[in-house]
Order: sequence, then structure tokens, then C-alpha cells
Amino acid sequence: MAQQVFVCNEIEMKDGDVRIIRQDRIEVGVYRYDGAYYAYRNHCLHQGGPACEGIIRSKVVDLIGPDKTFLGQTYDDDEPHIVCPWHGWEYKLKTGECAPDPNLRLRKHEVVQRDGGIYVVI
Amino acid sequence: MNIMTPMVRDPNQEQFDTRRLLANAQRQAEDRRYEDFMIIDVDAHHYETNSYKEIFDYIEDPVMRDQFIYTKGATQLPRSTGGFQEMAGRITRYQHRATEKAPDGVHRDIGLTRKWMDSMGVDVACVFPTPMLGLGLNPIVEVEVQYARAYNRWLCERLLANESRMVSMLYLPMNDPVAALKMVEEFSGKKGVIGFLVTTVRYKPLYDNAYMKLYRALEERGLPLAFHAATNWGDQSMHITNRFIATHALGFTWFNIVHMTNWVVNGIPERFPGLKSIWIESGLAWIPFLMQRLDNEYMMRSSEAPSLKRKPSDYMREMYYTSQPMEMINNQTMLEETFKMIAADTQLLYSSDYPHWDMDLPSTIYDLPFLSPQAKKNILGENARKLFKLDYLISDEKKARLKAKGVAA
Ligand code: FES
Repeated sequence: MAQQVFVCNEIEMKDGDVRIIRQDRIEVGVYRYDGAYYAYRNHCLHQGGPACEGIIRSKVVDLIGPDKTFLGQTYDDDEPHIVCPWHGWEYKLKTGECAPDPNLRLRKHEVVQRDGGIYVVI
Repeated sequence: MNIMTPMVRDPNQEQFDTRRLLANAQRQAEDRRYEDFMIIDVDAHHYETNSYKEIFDYIEDPVMRDQFIYTKGATQLPRSTGGFQEMAGRITRYQHRATEKAPDGVHRDIGLTRKWMDSMGVDVACVFPTPMLGLGLNPIVEVEVQYARAYNRWLCERLLANESRMVSMLYLPMNDPVAALKMVEEFSGKKGVIGFLVTTVRYKPLYDNAYMKLYRALEERGLPLAFHAATNWGDQSMHITNRFIATHALGFTWFNIVHMTNWVVNGIPERFPGLKSIWIESGLAWIPFLMQRLDNEYMMRSSEAPSLKRKPSDYMREMYYTSQPMEMINNQTMLEETFKMIAADTQLLYSSDYPHWDMDLPSTIYDLPFLSPQAKKNILGENARKLFKLDYLISDEKKARLKAKGVAA
């Protein structure tokens, strides 16, 4: 049965932070980003790596001019990715969708903010 | 309902530790009961760069030794095989490995290698160096010869002599065929030496008559010859690729494709039928491609490969291949067919390539739905055990798991 599991007090997490919560055999990564919270199973769809223990890095985009010439690259900071540290598979931080294949998604968990605390439903 | 107190941690505050990074790999090993059989990893790596100071001491030529010391090893690298393995910080073990604590009492490389082996459930690993994969491009033949000999002596004395779970196929300085032959004569039979290695980013063709004594020496000793791929951004064809994904995806197959093609059409397998060859780190998809391609051309142009008594694919099917980086994205049907085409049950050897960025866990083989339990065990260990005539060895950690279950190892 799903439980609300205490993660930490809200003031303990700042933007870009992650906490890994282990309950029995399940590990979940809880993120705070732009003041919102997201949580995913710490299990990569590639080879089972700790998907939530890598870095956060914005999506890379090619800059293509109106004449279709290549102008360089930049980051799209509206689309942060979490990066699995084993081989670099990237997932959209806000949805858990695998960046290069929308058919794949990290398993999502609900986050509850209550009485100054953060809880994740496992 | 009983709720265990959850464990909460902040991974960014933790000291880097391979066991922690590979905790999910260990769970896979336990869930799949890898303690029930031996796993041999035929292509793993260490970073010889961390031991440069020690290795330089083994360079016999005092002038060259100073060169290496003052260039901090760059003497071996006037070339362009480099790349962006660490993916701009995304593969975290690259920037953090230097900070990792290694167990006391053993060489750091042994300690760190044991850690990842135990996490993955690997019992014996064949370890290779890292930047040295590009040493064959060095224009100074003596650099290849001297450094290869220093590295091989260091490897045998400092690592292989002290850890039975680590073995290696030793680097051959192929730009000097006489020195390569001497290497085989001198190092065969040393503890942990299970064969010899050709790094395939090189431009001296392997069908050159100068190598025949070398192949004969290996055949006589029953020692396999392995071909380890790499990439070379400075190669004329790779020079026009501008992203590492391109030079890596192509280069790591291309250089093995070229040497395999030469090897077969020049009839080397007919000349040395007892010489076993192993093709390393090109994945698997290239093999069916090349088999079909060469068979097709051979039927029209057999006069150009007159030493062959059978089709090119017949020879290729008798060779050995390591599995990593196994192509696994939406290709189950092709992958199953590939396994059949290369006679994977007897010819495929599991490899991780750990700690490099595109490593494969044993589960990449173990979880394949089309393999029988015996085929899985063969690919994960038995094929290599027979090929290299290794003793059956189960790691202490796996033995402990067996003991906990009341099973004798
Ligand atoms: S396991 Fe996550 S990228 Fe491979």
C-alpha cells in the first residue's frame, strides 16, 4: 500500500537539490527545481543505473539560422534534464520522459508538501 | 502496517565510491544469482595514467624515460585519438574517480578493479590500458616499443602477479614486428598473461610478411591474438566528423572492419588454422554486415582471395567476439539473428569495458529472452574459460553469498 514517506523539511532543499529515499528495495529521487518538486524511481530504463544520482544539465540545442546554417549550440534552460551517471541517458526533469524517446519514462512518484515538510508517496 | 524508517541521502554530498555508484548493479547480481556461475569479463580497463610514475621507471632507454617524465606521458600521444568520453561532466565517474578511496594493502588499481568486479558479479577480468590504445599511431617506433615493454613489465610485476582475478592480453608493439615477436617470447607463460593484443588504430597492414613469425609463435603456444578497436579523429575519413558520437560510433567499428577484411582475404586463417582471434569493442552489428558483404564479393572475385577454401563468413564464424557495446535499442529480432550468425553460444565473450562510458553489465546478456540458460552461462564465462584455459574461480564475495544460502562453492 502506498505510504507518504517523509523526505525532509522544505527549508532543507534548495533549487537543483535532490534527495534519494530508500524504502525497502525501492529507491526514489526527489528533486526541487524552480520551487516545484518532482520524484522518480532511481532506476534507469537503460541498464538499471541510478538515474537520479547524476547531474542536472539543460537540454542542448543546435542554433540554426533562418538560412539553415549552423550557428553554434546553447542550453535551453526551460528544459532541464536529469542525466543518468552510468552512460548518460537523459530524462526531462519535469516529466520523467526520456529525452530522445518519449515512449520511455522514468516511473513517477507523487510529492506532497505538508506542514513545512516534503513527503513522497512510495 | 510495518513501515521501515526510510533512508534519505543527498548524493551530491557523498564521497565518490564505486560500490555506491554500482549499487544497482550489485542488486542485479544478487537477484540473478550470479554466484551460481563464473563470470569472466574479457574487456575491462584501468587508467595506466594514474600509475605513470611507476611505469616510467620501467622504461629502459634513459633518454626516452626523461622524455616521458617531462612530458608527463604526452610522449606517447602525438596523435588525435582523444575524444569526449566524459560527456562534459555527465558521466560522473570520470571527474570523481581520482578522489576515490582505495582499499589499503594492495595496489590502487587492484583495489579499484576489485570494487567494480564485486559490484557486477565479475570473477575474473581481462584488463587493458586506456590511452595506450592509440600508441600504435606514434610516428616514433621506438616509443611504441619502449613504452609497451615498460607497461607490460609493470603490469605483470605490479598487478597480475598479485591478483589472480586480473588477467591480460599484452600490448604488442606492431610497428616493430621483431620487437612484437620478442614480446611474445619473453612474456608468454607469465602469471595472468592469457594472450596478446593488437590495437587496431594503426596503419601498418597486418598481412605484412614481417608478422608471420609472430603469428606462428602465437599459434605454437596456443595463445589467442586479440584486436582491440578504438577511434582516431585524425584519420582522414574521421577527420570530417565533427561530433564525438560520429567518430566513436564509426571509428570503433571501422578499424576492426578494415583489419578483419585484410585478415580474411589474405587467407591468414588458412595459414594459421590454430591461431585463435578475438575482436574486441566493436559491438556486434558490424559482423553480420561484413559477413554478407564479403561473401557476396567473394563469389564474384574469389580470384582475389585465392587462399580461401571457404566463404569469408565461414572463417569469421570461427573467430571470437566480445559483446560490448552491444547494440540493444529496438532491435531484438536483428540481435537474435546476429547471435545465430556469429554462433554466439560458443564464440561470444561477455565484456563490460568498465569503467569506460559505454560499459555493459552482465545483465545485458543475462536478460536476453532468446538465450537458453546454458547459452547465457557460456557467453558470460564458459566460452572464455575454455578459450583461455582458465581455472573455475568464484570471487570471495560470491562465495559468501553461496555460504549464506548453505551451498558449497
Ligand atoms: S543505466 Fe542509465 S544511462 Fe545506462
